[in-house]
Amino acid sequence: MVRQEQLIIASGDAVQPFAYSVGMHGSRFFTEIRDNCRFMAVRCPQCGKVYIPPRAVCGDCFVEMKEWVEVGPQGVIGTFTIIRFAFLDPETGLQKPVPYGYGFIKLDGADTLFQHYISVEEEKRLRIGARVEPVFSKERKGSIRDIEYFKVIEPIAKLPTLSFPRRFWAGIWF
Amino acid sequence: MAKRVAIVGTGQTFHTSHRPDVNGQELINEAVLRALNDADLQMKDIDAIVIGNMDHFEGINYVDCWSVDGSGGTMKPIIKLTTGGTTGCTVAIGGFHLVGSGMFDRVLIIGWEKNSESNTTGAITTAFDPIWDRLVFAGAISGLAAEAQAYMARYGATDRDAARVSVRDRKHALNNPHAHLRREVTLEQVLASPMLADPIHLLDVCPRSDGACAVIMASEDVAEKSCPQPDWILGTAARHSYSYLGDADYGRLTSMREGSQELWKKAGIKEPRKELDVIELYQPYSFGGLIWIEDMGLVGPGEAPRYIWDGNTDMGGELPINPSGGVISCNPIGATGLIRCAEAALQVMGKAEDRQVPDVKLAFSSGFGGCWWTDMILHGRKKPQ
Ligand SMILES: [Zn+2]
Repeated sequence: MVRQEQLIIASGDAVQPFAYSVGMHGSRFFTEIRDNCRFMAVRCPQCGKVYIPPRAVCGDCFVEMKEWVEVGPQGVIGTFTIIRFAFLDPETGLQKPVPYGYGFIKLDGADTLFQHYISVEEEKRLRIGARVEPVFSKERKGSIRDIEYFKVIEPIAKLPTLSFPRRFWAGIWF
Repeated sequence: MAKRVAIVGTGQTFHTSHRPDVNGQELINEAVLRALNDADLQMKDIDAIVIGNMDHFEGINYVDCWSVDGSGGTMKPIIKLTTGGTTGCTVAIGGFHLVGSGMFDRVLIIGWEKNSESNTTGAITTAFDPIWDRLVFAGAISGLAAEAQAYMARYGATDRDAARVSVRDRKHALNNPHAHLRREVTLEQVLASPMLADPIHLLDVCPRSDGACAVIMASEDVAEKSCPQPDWILGTAARHSYSYLGDADYGRLTSMREGSQELWKKAGIKEPRKELDVIELYQPYSFGGLIWIEDMGLVGPGEAPRYIWDGNTDMGGELPINPSGGVISCNPIGATGLIRCAEAALQVMGKAEDRQVPDVKLAFSSGFGGCWWTDMILHGRKKPQ
């Protein structure tokens, strides 16, 4: 029988550091989280949509946004999942600990969804429409990790409604 | 004046989870030679090349440069296009533009991937915003699960409805010698398979495959010289809808909705469900087979489960979807969208063998990826007006 061997070259412990600018709007967001535990979003002057993460341009209207709006800190789960499969976290190079709750949260007053961890301690309470609030870390550094996770405070059945302009398709409004 | 464009040949490798017997160039070459053979052309007949895959899936970049031995690109005009999951469809649309512009008569289009050479979920995760998205994002499945969860809450669909889609595609794959996975599954097996991310089970999603696909497009001046029944491209559309994941309208695919509306309008299609003969949908998970056919306007919102259960999208049904077995049965990511295009072309040309849908006049293929974006192509047997 022919013995088959494979020659393999692996990348080993190679590291590729990078720097990434979060921009002026993003900087304000993280400063407010760090110093005041406040969520700051930005409103489009044309369509009125309130964006989080805040950014300089409304993609729909293609206009600059400068009006800041405080949103949250509470909100409802817009949608979510519980990640149960093992995978390599590119931030650490290690297996990500699973299971964990991953949610898109509609913070009160915002029109887009803010994604973060949702505690799965009481898995059954995780529902679309359930009310959540953030748990902030004690020592905050101005990063997304200053918010440790969101936790369900009251499971309600009401679905979040989107307040930005609706679209017509196949006879019904979304 | 724009030229009409047709596909005159296609080629695919065999697909499996791991192809250590070939390197990237050699894998690409297998698909290229088959496409040339299918179109009855030689490499010297090719005027330009478009090639693409997922950046850094193979730990190597600039595929247009280093693969020329295998692609046939030595000293030819060659361009790389990479758009994530939609790459395979984007390279086809790029080739369509090059030929349609009148600048090139015959363009070779290549999509390929060796998923076995990297950690796919880790690599996909690095495609998303490092500040806002990456902390919690877990590759493609996490976003898809959030979409599925929202669709179920909005319309009352269940994971059993989705499993029916998976059963369909995995059954269709039995007819396709190029499919990576060729094993029938039951509804119960899908529902009993491990939960990856609620509500997605292991058998609801696509595998990771190694493989390549090549397609040759030709202008109306030369298309019928090497191919008696070319597959005419009637139109293409591409839509990107968001920068940040949280901007998406979960439970709906707005890029699919707006892109397909553009396509139906371009081709004068009033009732896509009745006028289309077959669809090759870039559907990496079963729930997409419900949500996205609603966004295409085939059925109304919330109506897909009933339509699928009634067998309308099975082989022999009103509008067969994924006769090839689809992405759920074979997924070399950078090639996956181009395989949809090639399979739709085979259907129009009447060369789809055991997976042929009878008398295909109009076919649709698509690509899907990233922040819910969609690329799509409409194929027809008759030369467009
Ligand atoms: Zn706006």
